[in-house]
Amino acid sequence: MSYSKKVLDHYNNPRNVGSFAKDEQGVGTGVVGAPECGDVMKLQLRINESGVIEDARFKTFGCGSAIASSSYVTELVKGKHIDEAMAIKNTVIVKELNLPPVKIHCSVLAEDAIKAAITDWRNRKAGDSAQSGGQNAGDAAKDKSAQG
Amino acid sequence: MVKLPIYMDNHATTLVDPRVLQAMLPYFTEKFGNAASRNHSFGWEAEEAVDKARNQLAGLINAKSKEIIFTSGATESDNEAIKGVIEFYKDKGNHIISCVTEHKAVLDSCRALERAGKATVTYLPVDKYGMVDPDAVRKAITDKTVLISIMYANNEVGTIHPIREIGRIAKEKGIIFHCDAVQAIGKIPVDVERDGIDLLAMSGHKLYGPKGVGALYVRSKGPRVRLTPIIDGGGHERGMRSGTLNVPGIVGFGAACEIAGQEMELEGARLRSLRDKLQAGLFERLGEVYLNGHPTERLPGNLNVSFAYVEGESLLMGINDVAVSSGSACTSATLEPSYVIRALGTDEELAHSSIRFGIGRFNTDEEVDFVTERVSREVKRLREMSPLYEMAREGIDLKSVNWRA
Repeated sequence: MSYSKKVLDHYNNPRNVGSFAKDEQGVGTGVVGAPECGDVMKLQLRINESGVIEDARFKTFGCGSAIASSSYVTELVKGKHIDEAMAIKNTVIVKELNLPPVKIHCSVLAEDAIKAAITDWRNRKAGDSAQSGGQNAGDAAKDKSAQG
Repeated sequence: MVKLPIYMDNHATTLVDPRVLQAMLPYFTEKFGNAASRNHSFGWEAEEAVDKARNQLAGLINAKSKEIIFTSGATESDNEAIKGVIEFYKDKGNHIISCVTEHKAVLDSCRALERAGKATVTYLPVDKYGMVDPDAVRKAITDKTVLISIMYANNEVGTIHPIREIGRIAKEKGIIFHCDAVQAIGKIPVDVERDGIDLLAMSGHKLYGPKGVGALYVRSKGPRVRLTPIIDGGGHERGMRSGTLNVPGIVGFGAACEIAGQEMELEGARLRSLRDKLQAGLFERLGEVYLNGHPTERLPGNLNVSFAYVEGESLLMGINDVAVSSGSACTSATLEPSYVIRALGTDEELAHSSIRFGIGRFNTDEEVDFVTERVSREVKRLREMSPLYEMAREGIDLKSVNWRA
């Protein structure tokens, strides 16, 4: 399979790779996918009081298209209000990166990551982020003390 | 400085050895006759060349030349062996014993027979090294078993099966033993007498011969194996495989076998040392690298490893001037990682992280050094980008996480 120029560019020069400090104020974290499926994306958004995304970071385990999708998403959401970001459809990513049909799931995952990160931010803001029971992937990525 | 790109995917195919090409060339132009033309010198010349190649193939596996049937490739040989036996011996039984890590040419031939209601098939599991247990073969035998089909060495993880023991069991029980030996011939000693093999599939392009030519060894004595042909026509190849012989291809295949036979010992030692060097280099530079396949019973040029926390296809993308192959789902349209790696009981995540290096005759020491450095650098870069690596570093047990897939 050959990759589009844009996928290659994001793969070779990924934008906004990294992590925000786990306990940083105003940061929402979304972790989607699963290792056994071959794709895990972690997207972190720093969102200000008025709901505007000021900065974004990602880390991705997955194929080149998954890395490119998450890298592109970090650029796409910056400066957007969360309501706008929540409305981003995977088709935008497919179009930008010229993803072939077998790679559409990568764009779906990236869309899910945005929603998961914003939801996490909302939950944390509402003060009910403390979840009981099983540890979900988002919590695990943020807080290792939650393990066990 | 090494020349890029580097080809290190010699289980997929090999380049045609220049000596092989030289042997082939006259048979495209001045010696273009049809080996089945019995009444002129063009035909005789072609037939003579085919006979020579038949001897060369037979010599490599300790067979008699008349036991070699030329085909279009090992996929056809596997189809002919499996379907041909089941059809011919249908009054005797209909049960096949095979293995989950066989090549698709074997598995899909078996499945086609199952679908058609012509056979029932037992697919034996393998151990964590990819090896089938001869005792499991013995236990799977029923009074309906007519065929055992187990490959000599696996194309992905390089594991060499205990062929001699399986051959012994087959002999003892009077069951035909077919062996797909595509990855083994010319790489390790294969001997149909010593190993008790009745049918053996071979391919030209995996041992520095041309593509589009293969062969099937069919035992003529002790027992004489009979096959119903799957291709009908002019009755070539003792009626078992009709169709005008691919004379240049066959000549090349023969030459490739002769060279492989002469050089196997030295070449095997050289490939093994290059492979061991690559393996040691990667393990030294990177933590959490896992070997897939058998630690010792393995093809000399094969190295299959999983780099934890890094997805295989993304790694291939990062080392695009090195041609290797991945068991990752994303390299295929199926979105499932390699069935062979999964059959070893490897974690799914590590199956997605597997890379197969196939070192061959034309790889050099410098190339191995280059690949070691290139792969190590890329794995490190991708791990820095991997949320799994970050979580593992923080002490999170990835297995305890409820993933939202």
